[in-house]
Amino acid sequence: MRKHQKRYQVVLSLFFFVSFIFLIQLFRIQIVNDDYKFSANNNALRYDVLTPVRGLIYDRDSNLIVSNIPSYNLMVIPREVKEMDTLNLCKLINIEIDLFQRKLDEIKEYSKYKASIFHKQIDYKQASKLQEKLFQFPGFFLQTINTRKYTTKSAAHILGYLGEVNRKKVEQDSYYNNGDLYGVKGIEGGYEKDLRGKKGMSITLVDVYNRKQGEFQEGKFDTLPISGKNIYSTINLELQKYGEKLMKNKKGAIVAIEPETGEILSLISSPSYNPEELSGRKRSKNFQKLLSDKNKPLFNRSLSGLYPPGSIFKLLNGLIALEEKVIHKNKSYNCNNGFEYEKGKLVKCHPHKSLVNLEEAITISCNTYFCKTFTNLFKKHKTTKEAYNNWKSHISSFGIGKWMNNDFVSGAKGLLPEHKYYNKYYGRTSWNSSTIISMAIGQGELLLTPIQMANIAAVIANRGYYYTPHIVKSIEGKQEIDSIFKTKNFTTISPENYDVIINGMEKVVKHPNGTAHNISTEKLIICGKTGTAQNPHGEDHSIFIAFAPKERPKIAIAVYVENAGFGSTWAAPIAGLMLEKYTNTENNKTLEEFILKGKITE
Amino acid sequence: MRKAKNIFANIDSVTIILYLILIFFGWINIFASQYNDDTQFTLDFTTRYGKQLYFIVISLISAFIILIIDWKFYYSLSYIFYGTIIISLILVLIIGGVAGGATSWFQIGSLKFQPSEFAKFTTALALAKFFNMQHIRDKKITTRLFSYIIILIPFILIISQNDLGTAIIFSAFILVLYREGLSINILFFILLFAILCLLGLLINQKILIYVFSFLALICLLIFRFNKQDILTIILGWGLSILLVLGTNYFVYEVLSPHHSQRIDILLGKEFDPYGAGYNLIQSKIAIGSGGGFGKGFLNGTQTRFDFVPEQSTDFIFCTIGEEWGFFGSLIFISVFIGLISRIILLAERQRSNFSRIYGYSVACILFVHFTINLGMTIGLLPTIGIPLPFISYGGSSLLGFTILLFIFLNLDSYRLEILR
Repeated sequence: MRKHQKRYQVVLSLFFFVSFIFLIQLFRIQIVNDDYKFSANNNALRYDVLTPVRGLIYDRDSNLIVSNIPSYNLMVIPREVKEMDTLNLCKLINIEIDLFQRKLDEIKEYSKYKASIFHKQIDYKQASKLQEKLFQFPGFFLQTINTRKYTTKSAAHILGYLGEVNRKKVEQDSYYNNGDLYGVKGIEGGYEKDLRGKKGMSITLVDVYNRKQGEFQEGKFDTLPISGKNIYSTINLELQKYGEKLMKNKKGAIVAIEPETGEILSLISSPSYNPEELSGRKRSKNFQKLLSDKNKPLFNRSLSGLYPPGSIFKLLNGLIALEEKVIHKNKSYNCNNGFEYEKGKLVKCHPHKSLVNLEEAITISCNTYFCKTFTNLFKKHKTTKEAYNNWKSHISSFGIGKWMNNDFVSGAKGLLPEHKYYNKYYGRTSWNSSTIISMAIGQGELLLTPIQMANIAAVIANRGYYYTPHIVKSIEGKQEIDSIFKTKNFTTISPENYDVIINGMEKVVKHPNGTAHNISTEKLIICGKTGTAQNPHGEDHSIFIAFAPKERPKIAIAVYVENAGFGSTWAAPIAGLMLEKYTNTENNKTLEEFILKGKITE
Repeated sequence: MRKAKNIFANIDSVTIILYLILIFFGWINIFASQYNDDTQFTLDFTTRYGKQLYFIVISLISAFIILIIDWKFYYSLSYIFYGTIIISLILVLIIGGVAGGATSWFQIGSLKFQPSEFAKFTTALALAKFFNMQHIRDKKITTRLFSYIIILIPFILIISQNDLGTAIIFSAFILVLYREGLSINILFFILLFAILCLLGLLINQKILIYVFSFLALICLLIFRFNKQDILTIILGWGLSILLVLGTNYFVYEVLSPHHSQRIDILLGKEFDPYGAGYNLIQSKIAIGSGGGFGKGFLNGTQTRFDFVPEQSTDFIFCTIGEEWGFFGSLIFISVFIGLISRIILLAERQRSNFSRIYGYSVACILFVHFTINLGMTIGLLPTIGIPLPFISYGGSSLLGFTILLFIFLNLDSYRLEILR
C-alpha cells in the first residue's frame, strides 16, 4: 500500500524514541545516581541471608512436639580466604589441621566464589566463642540453621526429619542455598513450604578486606526474615505413644482415623526410631545405622507397606454383592467345609455350623459363603471382563489401588490389578471367577497399605463415604487446609447396605462364636473384622480392622502385625486396647500385659 | 537483476557487518559473564562461551545456505512452513517437555527443539505472502480479519504453552499492520485498552471510578450536553468502569492464586526479594556500578559472582552495562537501532509487498525483543524472560534470529526481480 509510505518515518521515530528513553534511564543509573558508585574504590556488596525460624509442630490438643534450637554452619567462600592462623581456627572447631586443608581444597574444586559449608552443626556455645574471633578468619562466616528439638521419642514417621539440601536441589529451587536444611518425609516434608518461612536479606558495603563499610542505600533493599508457620497436626500424642508401646518388638503398623473428619489420630510403623536421632550433628551417622538395620526402622509400613488384606476384604465383597443384588441380607449358603471352585480344587473353610447367612458369615469368617457370592456376582455379567471391571470400580471407590492423595510425600498405592493383567497372565479367554477366587477372601494379587485398610473401617463407620485421611489439622495464619480434605468421597454402595455388615462386625466381637470374641468388653461396642493373610515366605500376618463405638463412631483403626499368626491372637487385642484407650474405656489388663510381653521379632 | 555468477553482489553489506558486530560483541559478553579464574579457558562444550561459539558457526553456515537458495523457495513454501509450525505448536502442547513452567519444546535425543522460536519467521512469511496475494486496494473486512487470524493462531497456541514472553513478541505485527494501513484509531483503542487494564490492577478501583466519573462530567460540561456526545461519553464511561472491574475479577477470581501472585510481582505490588524483585535490584546494581566508561573487560564483579541470575541469557545486558559503562551501552544501542533502521530502509526500497512486509516484520520483531529485554534489565518494564537478539546465550534463539534476518537479506538481493 504505497499511500502509507510516509508511515515508515513514524516507525523509525518510534525506534529512536524508545532508545532515547533507555539512554536517559542508563544515564540516570550509571552517571547521575551516586548510589551505585561504590565500585569506584573497589568496594563490593555483601549479601547476608537471614535465616527464618522454622515453624513449630503441635499435636491435635496443642501440645508442642517439635521446636528449634539454634545452631550454626561454618561457611567459607574460598576466594576470600587470606593468610591466617589456621591452627587457631582448627582448635576452635576441634578438627585436625590436615583435615582443614583437605576440606578447603575440596570446596575450592567445587567453586571459589560460592559459599559452601566448611563445618556443620556447631552448637550455640561453640558458635558464640567462634563468633568473637571470626574477624581473624577472612572468608569464613556463620550461617544460622534450625536444628529440631523434640518433646517426645515417638511419632518419628509422622514428623519426618530435616536433611541437607544437595547441589541438585539448590539448582532446582532458588529458595535454597548450600548448607540449608529442608524437610524430608512426614509433616516436615509435606508442609516444607509452610514450615520454612521466608528468608530475609541484608546488603552491606564491604571493602576488599570484607570489612563492613555501611549499609547499602540505608537498608532500602534489606528484608527481614519471616518465620515459618506453626502446624497443628491431627495426631493424638498419647494414643500414638501407647500404640508404639503395644507394637514394641513386633513388626507392622497401626493406623487410626477419626471417621467423621478423616483426621489421622495415630500412625504407627514398627519398628521405629527416636526422632532426635536424625537431628543435628549425629544425623548422618545414625541415618547410616538405621538404614542398615535389617528390621528397616526407616521404612514407613503404615503408608508404604504392601500387604494382602486377608479376610477383612470379605466385608467389601459382601457390600458389593448386596449392592449388585446378588444376595439379599438373609441369603444363606451351606458351607460344607469348603468351596469347590474347580473339579477337585477346594477353598477350605474351618469347621462351623453349615447353613449361614451374611451376618453369620462375617461373624465366623466363612470362606465358602464369600466364594459362592463372588462366583454368582461374576455369573450376573455376560463377560468376565465386564464383571471384573464392575467389581473393580466398586473396590476402588474405597480408595484402594490408588494414591490416597493425602498430605504425605511418600507412600504406596497398593495393587488392584487391571483386567489386562489377567489377560496377560492367563490368556484373554482362559480366566474367570474361579481363576481369581482367592480375591473373594482377600488373597491373591491384591495388596493394600495399612492406611487403606484403616480407611475401609472409616468408610463402614460412616456408612458409605470417607474424607481423605490427612495429618495436618490447621496451619497458623491460613484459613483452611486443602479442600480435598474437606470433601466427602462417596463409595458406590448405598448406605442402607452397610447395616447388615456392621451388625456382623459387631458380632465378630460380641458373639461367643465371633472370631475376635477374646477382646469383647461390656463397656464399649466394638465392630471389627479379623484377617489372617497367608504368607508364602513365613508365618501368616495377623490383621484386624475395627471402629468404635457402634453408634456415632469416634475412631476407626487398622492393625497389621507381620508374621504373627491369627488375626485374633495379636492384631485384635492391640486394636481393642487402642480403641479403649482413645474412648477412655477401662481396659483389659491381662490382654495388655500379654501384648506388652509379646515379642515377635528377634 | 541478480545474476548467478555474483550471488553476493546484491546483498546488503551494511546489514551483514552490523550483524557480525553484534554476534561478536554478544560472544565477548557471554565469555565475560562466564569466565573466572576458577576455570581454565576452554573452547569446548563444557563452557557456555564454547557452546555459543559453536552456535555462531552453525548460524553462519545457515545464513550462507539461506542466501544461496532462490527466493522463490521461501515465497512458495510460506504457507507450508506456517502450517508445519502450527502443527508442531499443537503437538508440543500435547507431548512437549516442560521448562520453567512453560510447555514449549520437543526433545529429540539431546537436541531440544522449540517451535515457538521458529513461529516468528514463519508467521512473518505467511502474513507477507497473504498480503501479496490480495489485491492491493482490497479493503474487504474479511481480508483484514484473515490477516489477524494468521497472527492470532500462533499467538494463542504460544499463550497456551504458558510462554507469555514469546507470545508478547507477536505484538510486533501490530506495527507491521500499521505500516500497511491499519487505522490509527484501532491502534489507539488497543493502547487505551491496555492502559485501562493496567490502571485497573495498579490503582484502587474506587478511586478510578471517581476519576472516570469526574472526567466524564467535565467532558459533558465541555460538550454542553450535546445529545450525540452524551451517549458517547456515557458509553465510554461505562465501558471503562466495566473493563477495570472485569480485569480485577479475571486476575483475582478466575486465575489461580499463584498466577495472580505472579502478576502482582510483575506489577510491583508484591515484593519478592528472591524472585523477580531480586533480579531487578541485582541487575540495576550491576549496570549502575559500571558508571560512564565501565569497569573494563573481565573486570565486572557483580555479574561474575552469580549475583545476577540468568546473566548470560536474559540479563546479558548487565554485563555490557557493568563492563562497558554508559558509553559502551550507547554504542551498543546505536548499533542495534542502526541495524533495525537499516532493515526498515531496505524494506521501503522493495518493489513487492511480500518482501516489504517481511522486512517490516523482521525489524519489528527485533525491536520488540530489544525493547522488552532492555526495558526489563534497566528496570523500566516488568520482568519477562526473553532473550536479547544476537547477544544472549542460546542456540535456538541465535539460529532463529539469523534465519529471520537472512531470509530478508535474500529477498532484498532479489529486489529487482521480485515485482509484486
